[in-house]
Formats: sequence, C-alpha cells, structure tokens
Amino acid sequence: MNTIIKFLFAAIKAGVPFLYGTTGEIITQKSGSLNLGVEGMMYMGAFVGFYAGFKTNNIFLALICAFFTGAVAAFVFAFLTVTLQANQNVTGLALTIFGGGFSTFFGEMMIKFTPNGLPKLSEEFIKGLSEFKIPFLSDIPYIGKLLFSHNILVYLSIIVALLCWVYLRFTKYGLHTRSVGENPAAADASGLNVTLIKYLNIMLGGGICGLGGAYVSLVNGGGVWNNGCVNGQGWISVALVIFASWSPAKAIFGSLVFGMFTELQIRANDFAHEFPFLGFLGHIPTAFYKMLPFAITALVLVVTSISQKREGNQPAACGINYYREER
Amino acid sequence: MINLVHVSKRPEPTKIQVVLWYIVAILCAVFISGLLIFVLKQNPIEYFKVVIMGSFKSHLSFKAFVRIFVPLLIASLGVSVAFKMKFWNIGAEGQFIMGAVFACWVGLKFGETWNHWVLMAVMLVAGAIGGGLLGIIPAFLKCKFGTNETLLTLMLNYIALYLVLYLSDGPWRDPELKGFSNIKQLPKAARVDNIAGIDVSWILALILVVVLFVYFRYSKQGYEISVVGDSQNTARYSGMNVNKVVMRTMFISSAICGIGGMLKMAGEGSSYTLGVGIAGGVGFTAIIVAWLAKLSPVGITIVTFLFAVLEKGCGTAETKFNLSASVADIVQGLILFIILGFEFFIRYKITFNKPVLLNKSSEGDAKEEKE
Repeated sequence: MNTIIKFLFAAIKAGVPFLYGTTGEIITQKSGSLNLGVEGMMYMGAFVGFYAGFKTNNIFLALICAFFTGAVAAFVFAFLTVTLQANQNVTGLALTIFGGGFSTFFGEMMIKFTPNGLPKLSEEFIKGLSEFKIPFLSDIPYIGKLLFSHNILVYLSIIVALLCWVYLRFTKYGLHTRSVGENPAAADASGLNVTLIKYLNIMLGGGICGLGGAYVSLVNGGGVWNNGCVNGQGWISVALVIFASWSPAKAIFGSLVFGMFTELQIRANDFAHEFPFLGFLGHIPTAFYKMLPFAITALVLVVTSISQKREGNQPAACGINYYREER
Repeated sequence: MINLVHVSKRPEPTKIQVVLWYIVAILCAVFISGLLIFVLKQNPIEYFKVVIMGSFKSHLSFKAFVRIFVPLLIASLGVSVAFKMKFWNIGAEGQFIMGAVFACWVGLKFGETWNHWVLMAVMLVAGAIGGGLLGIIPAFLKCKFGTNETLLTLMLNYIALYLVLYLSDGPWRDPELKGFSNIKQLPKAARVDNIAGIDVSWILALILVVVLFVYFRYSKQGYEISVVGDSQNTARYSGMNVNKVVMRTMFISSAICGIGGMLKMAGEGSSYTLGVGIAGGVGFTAIIVAWLAKLSPVGITIVTFLFAVLEKGCGTAETKFNLSASVADIVQGLILFIILGFEFFIRYKITFNKPVLLNKSSEGDAKEEKE
C-alpha cells in the first residue's frame, strides 16, 4: 500500500508542470490559436521565475515574474499571428526555439556571474516551497498523505485549472472565448471584439505556461538552476491538451495519468518487487513509458476523429488566422 | 463604428522587394542580438566577425559547418513539399529519425556481406521508406477521417524518438560497449563516402535542391500540389484525386526527411551510428527555414546556409567570448519574428482614414446626388 501511495504522490507532483502547461494551452486553443510555443514559454518562465526567486527571495514575486514572462512571450505570438496574420505553427515553433535559447543563454550567464558557479535558491525560499502537511486533513490515513501534504504550487495548479474550467464553461467571457475559437466570423458579427479576446486569452494561457516553467525550475530542480530543466515537458503538455479533450478539469485527471507514466519509468522495479503479479512492469523498457503519453495521445486523436464527435474536439477555428476582410 | 486604420491586401511583391525586406530583417535581428552582446560587455562587431568566420576558418571548421548544413537543408526541403500543399507536416523530426532507423537496420544487417554501392542504394531507399511510412500515416488518416495532421505528426515525432531509445537500450544495443547503451557502429561498407575529408551527402543534398526545383516548377505533380494547396475544391472539380495527391505528396515530403536521417546517421558527424540525438531538433528548425524561404528550394538553400553559418559560428564564439552558443537559437528566433512581422507590411497595406463625422459625410453624399 505504501508503495502505491508513494507512487501516486510522486505522480501528482510529476504531473503538475503538465497541468500548468496544458491549462495554459487549452485557454489558448479555445480562443482559436494553436500556440506550439509551450515549451519555449515554459523555458522562459522557468528562467525568469528562478532568477527573480534567486535575487529577491520572494516566492510570490518569482511566480508573478514567471507568469509575466510567459504572458509577454505569448504577447509576441499574439501580435504576430493575430495582428500580423503570421502562420501559427511556424511562429509557435520559433517561440519554442527562441525560448529554449533565451533560457540557456541567460542561465549560463547567471551561472557565470554567481561566485561559486552554482546558483542556488536560499534555504528559506526552498522551505517556503517544500511540502507541508495541512493540519487535520493530512492525518486521514492514506488520503491525507496523498492529497494534503504537497507544496503550495501543486494546489495552485489545481486551483488554476479549476478556475479556468469554470471560466471557460460557466462565464460569459468563457463563452465569448469559445465562440471566437469555434467561429470568429460569427463572433465578430455578433459584436465581440475578436482581436481583444484572442490577445487576452493567448496571454493568459502563456502566463499559466510560464508558471509551469517556474514550477520546474523552482521545485523540481531542488533549488539549483539547470539549463535543460523543461526538457520536453512543454511538448507533453501539448499532447495532454488532446488527451484531456480541451477541458481543464479533465486535464487534472490527465496530468495525473501522464505523471504516472513519468514515475513508472523510475519505479517500475519497485512495483515488480512489491507485487509479484506486476513483475512484467520491470521488464518493460523505459523508452516505452516515455513514449506512452505521445502514443496514447496519438491514439486519442485518431479515435476521436474516426468517431466524428463534435464534443471534445479541437475548436473548429483553431490554427486558422482570422482576417476580417475575408469574412 | 468608424475604423481609423484600414488594412487591405497588396498585390504580390516583387522578388527584389522581398529580398530587400529580408536583408533589413536579418540586420535588425543581428542588431538586437548585438545590443544584447554589448550589454554583456563584449564587442558585438568582433563577435559577429568570429561567428561568420567560424565556418570557414579551417578545413575542420568547414567540415563541421557542412555537418550542420546538409541535414537541415534536406529536412527543410522535405518539409517544404508538404507545406506547398498546406499540409502542416510538423513531423520532420520523427521522419528524419525513422529514415535513420530503417537505414541503420539495413546497414547493420547486410553491412558485412553486401557491396558498398548496393548497400548505399538500399540504405537510401530504406531511409526514404522509413520516413515515408511515418509520414503517410497522418496523411492517410487525414484523408480518411480528417484527423488533425499538425497534432498527429507532432506526436509521431516523439514516438519515433523513443523508438530509438528503445532500440539502443534493448534489441540493437552493442554488447561490447559495457555500461553504455549505444547501437553498434555501421560496418565500413555501410558508411557514406568522403571526398577530401567531407562526406558526400552535400552533393546529394544539392542534387535534391535541383530536383525539387524542377519538380515544383515543371512537373504535373508539382502543379497538382499547388492546386490542392490553394483549394481542394478546385482540385476536385478539375478531376484530380485529392486524396491520392495528398498521400503521395506527404510520402515524398517525409521520404526526403528520411533520406536526411539516413545520410546523417551513416556519416562521420554522428560517428556512423544511430543515437537518440540523431535529429536533435533539426526537424523543427527545418520548418522555420522552409517558411522563411517561402518554400522555394533555392531560397531554402540560402536560408539554410545562413542558419548553419550562424549555428556553427556561435559554437566557435562560445569558447572565444565565453558566451553560450544558444545565441544562435535566439538570433534564429528573432530573425523569424522580425521577418514574420515585416511580411505583414509586404502583404498588406495599411491606410489611415481621416476621422469623418458621420452626418457631415452623409450631407456631402446628398449634395453629390443632387448635382
């Protein structure tokens, strides 16, 4: 039992960066923009968040900076694709390359300008982000350990995802966003400011991706900067958007599943050891677990397209620029 | 509501205009990154001098340049074929890898027994088939069920990548390398030849440029690609089999990427073996290159040349100036952002309307009518 709890606990943690990235990308895609720059925005958020935390020792400020950086990066994307009508795929990929370069470049600068060459967050800062037990709730056997003894950023990710879910599903603004994503011409005709809505959602999405980056650099790195910290997690997030069928609420569950795949790579042998009937887990190569999120997503993508359901599909106008004169 | 700014489409710009815009955009990107270098207390002019010379300093550095140039060129050419048809093949990375995987299998299996030239030809074909098969899956699903090709090709990249990880960890692992999980080096016969120390894949790449140029411009298939890209309905009404064109084009596109993978894998640059880093992002950069070059084979050659010089040069400058080689990524990103931004002003015209009061103008209209 303990192994399972430990495993699920780690899976939740591993899924958090995906959850941020996915929530951000869902917001972006729901407004009709396919931003493939998640990886880049996460990288930029990771660096700026870390640097702010490193210099100011203030967790809140670090998160704000990471959010802001992601939003600025997304603003560049929005400006190029919404206002200047540039191709979304290409712009997103450029953002990914740029973001990775940005983070590595300044990361190495930071390493060079740190006296001992090891930029490390202060003890106090790390402590602020360490796991803590919520009183009473964490005393519940199993569940307490599993759900109520995480660091604050884990809870924040779930809150953000839920808020985004409510925003998209139940608010007026969410409805506007979705209508722009499905049919911008109709939204425009009904009097919505398509450009503004796209900008705001792309930037909000980018900011949330930036938070995901901050999680990676502040928490996963153990307080030490690492140039390659995001390492494909942005791409897994893009995959998770499809797996979660464009719903932030489903993304919470999905991030747990993808987190489990990540953790299985490390813990398959533990499982095999503890439960003999799961012995086969230890024999599956790690590459398989790494491939799993993408393979499943590809499968989901194919199956949904075969079943031709409108529900849980990519927004109809996603990836297509809206040019008013061609309406 | 009165719109003060009005945006309308311009007629197609001339080639010279486009080239001029590009030069300005590149200079802007270089200038911005120069500022960055200046802020970091280095001399930007010296820096870019080193970057530009980085590829042509010595035989060795030119060799390193070619190793960056050839795979990027081939992958960009491959991507451009699908993009011409407005089929968003983001999967060049995976197709590149699959080409390498298939070719590697042939090389390892028959490398000891077959003649060098037979082997080269078969590996080339295997590479093309490997890439092509990975590319035709999303094309088929797109035609049959309308599956989103952007997302599916993206996913297939990683499936291919981790397939290599699996192969190098498991079935293809070289047992002689204790502790390392690497695939065995290809036998001598399965390696790409060298001329003057530089492997000949660049010749193939340049041939490919010419072939594609002719294919796009003078062949029936090339024409079909552009018709399908412009409007599938037009293509259908004129009697083309759109699905066939889509699948064939996508196969060609990804087969070219696969050939790129084969050539890189069997070359000295990757020490004649298949590794997880075989593509290393080349498939993504290729998309940017192809787009910047407006999908023209000659343009792609030029842009790839510039990108490769930049990448090699920043590597050289890293040691000299103690600045991370990722400047190359930043400059590449900037160039693209700026050119994409500029392109808007090439394609669209912005006119500023004078704010006119509504009733006044209607009076004017009324007067005109009277007259």
